[in-house]
Amino acid sequence: MSSNSIEHYVSNYARLQNTLKENWFSEQRESALSLFKQTGFPTTRQENWKYTDVRSIAKKPFSVISETKTTITKDEIDAIRFDKLDCIELVFINGVFSNEHSNTDQLPDGVIISDVARAIENHYELLSRHITHYADNNVSPFTALNTAFVQHGTFVYIPENAIIEKPINLLYLSKEQNEPFASHPRNLVVMEQNTEATLIESYIGLDEADYFTNTVTEVSLADGARLQHYKVQQESLNSYHIGNLNVVQQKNSHMESHSISLGGSLVRNDINSQLAAEGAEIILNGLYMTNGKQHVDNHTRVDHLKPNTLSTENYRGVLNGQSRAVFNGKVIVHKDAQKIEAHQNNANLLLSDDAEIDTKPELEIYADDVKCSHGATVGQLDKDMLFYLRSRAIDEETAKSLLTFAFAEEVINRIKFEPIRNRLEYLVVGQLPDASLIREFTNE
Amino acid sequence: MLEIKDLHAKVDGKEILKGINLTVNAGDVHAIMGPNGSGKSTLANVLAGKDGYEVTKGTVTYQGASLLELSPEERAWEGVFLAFQYPVEIPGVNNVYLLKAAVNAVRKHRGEPPLDAVEFLALVKEKMKLVKMKEDLLNRAVNEGFSGGEKKRNEIFQMAVLEPRLAILDETDSGLDIDALKIVSEGVNHVRSEERAIILVTHYQRLLDYIKPDHVHVLSNGRIIKSGGPELALELEEKGYDWIKEADAA
Repeated sequence: MSSNSIEHYVSNYARLQNTLKENWFSEQRESALSLFKQTGFPTTRQENWKYTDVRSIAKKPFSVISETKTTITKDEIDAIRFDKLDCIELVFINGVFSNEHSNTDQLPDGVIISDVARAIENHYELLSRHITHYADNNVSPFTALNTAFVQHGTFVYIPENAIIEKPINLLYLSKEQNEPFASHPRNLVVMEQNTEATLIESYIGLDEADYFTNTVTEVSLADGARLQHYKVQQESLNSYHIGNLNVVQQKNSHMESHSISLGGSLVRNDINSQLAAEGAEIILNGLYMTNGKQHVDNHTRVDHLKPNTLSTENYRGVLNGQSRAVFNGKVIVHKDAQKIEAHQNNANLLLSDDAEIDTKPELEIYADDVKCSHGATVGQLDKDMLFYLRSRAIDEETAKSLLTFAFAEEVINRIKFEPIRNRLEYLVVGQLPDASLIREFTNE
Repeated sequence: MLEIKDLHAKVDGKEILKGINLTVNAGDVHAIMGPNGSGKSTLANVLAGKDGYEVTKGTVTYQGASLLELSPEERAWEGVFLAFQYPVEIPGVNNVYLLKAAVNAVRKHRGEPPLDAVEFLALVKEKMKLVKMKEDLLNRAVNEGFSGGEKKRNEIFQMAVLEPRLAILDETDSGLDIDALKIVSEGVNHVRSEERAIILVTHYQRLLDYIKPDHVHVLSNGRIIKSGGPELALELEEKGYDWIKEADAA
């Protein structure tokens, strides 16, 4: 079966090749594909994939598409847009860039924000210096697949000292088409010295379509660069989502990552961060809410390579139904990375007897003068709080929703940018059984 | 309004209430006193409907119907209010939103239209003065970071806003300094009325210096062993609980 699934991708690659222009990137594709041919899909025998079985992805012959006839109206997009958020926006439909719905007007001088397909053609110099430099094809077979199959995605280049005030909003939208399809979006964000930007990646299923999103984002932050990064995963409940975010940070750079995972049937989010120079800081903030038979796996890894680097991680999970979640947070403090600080916490709320969480915070420390902490909790709704609310005339279901919301809100409250915080709060409340009642609490 | 007959209840398999009989009429203030471990808080929690208490025998009739059949929220809708001995902190749930939801849940049950923001605010402002609540506590999470005294004041404030028919105050006086005790007492005296009954559960007599009860009961080892008027509280203060326990044993 495993060789069949590899063959499927090899023959798909041949089909894709016919539609692509031969260029400098072709070689990268070829080598990534041959790497994938060797490794195949990961199995649960590998430590990194112990709790997440991807055979359901491997088994399904997702088709590769280079153009889509699926259309999405402006109204459909407006419905999922951030309310009145003035932003630079790139829209992709089933993995294919939609120029019609995108808006990249009025960029400051020297700033490039474009479909990565166009960038491969037009910005050879810049791209070849960065693409595949931060995401390693050897680390995950899915990254290798993405490199081989990438067609569309987003290239962001911000030259020295530029500050992008408007958030950059990437909407990856999926909608039913005749057969299950795969898309491999690739995002590359290169921020030069002393730059600032906000990037939102949204992956949204507009219906109950069956598809596979395999996305890779590479981020390079030069000295003093600051990026606020948001990932909102609201894929269809019949879909598969594998996402890889890779960040390399230079001196005094600052990265904030907020990852909100709500949809998908099988989801794996990886974040790999390298704090490669002194003063680099990363904040990892995450929330996953699962129900039914969803399986959501969050893996994060922070490498403290140099002294005086800082990482703070807070992930929370709310699990209901027969869903299952995995959290694995690894922090590696390399030799001589003295005076670093690394703090990590993962808290989980189990709302049903059948939900299951595997949580594993991991610290590997090879330096001796460091401040590190980590912890994980798994619990249920507090009985005393529940009784208190009910004794104040709040019915049981609403009281449960209210306490669940309060638990999740702790993550949302860490988002400083108000339009995004409000939108995410709205989405989180939408996951709760008594959404309209909870809104009465939050909207005044 | 409330009639408790031969009430027995267990906690963790251990019998704590061993046959309580008590009748409370509208307009009455009853003080239930007793040493630690006598079952005072158990009685308060059973009346409010807390989980983990198993009623093994007896009945509680409230406004003509069985109270024990009702969920905690249904009791609240029917006008039962418990002021907690240890009010829990609820991070992330806003104090004033909770109160508004509570008021409107009760109104809905009574078939009344919900209060709008303006009406509700007017009500809150009026009642805040009563217990000298600081305004910033309103918009905090429920009891989060409140001092012991502030938590108790918040309970009385909620009671004043919700205007219950039957209020049960579980050791509201414990941990209060004399100024806070006066403020809390004023709040209680304010809600005292002909339509309302109040049960004060307390260990010490001093609360009764500020709130004059109509009836005083002594609870010991799960039973009411003596009932009387306000003078009984004074006698207890003077002679201690042992006097009455010995008298009961004899």
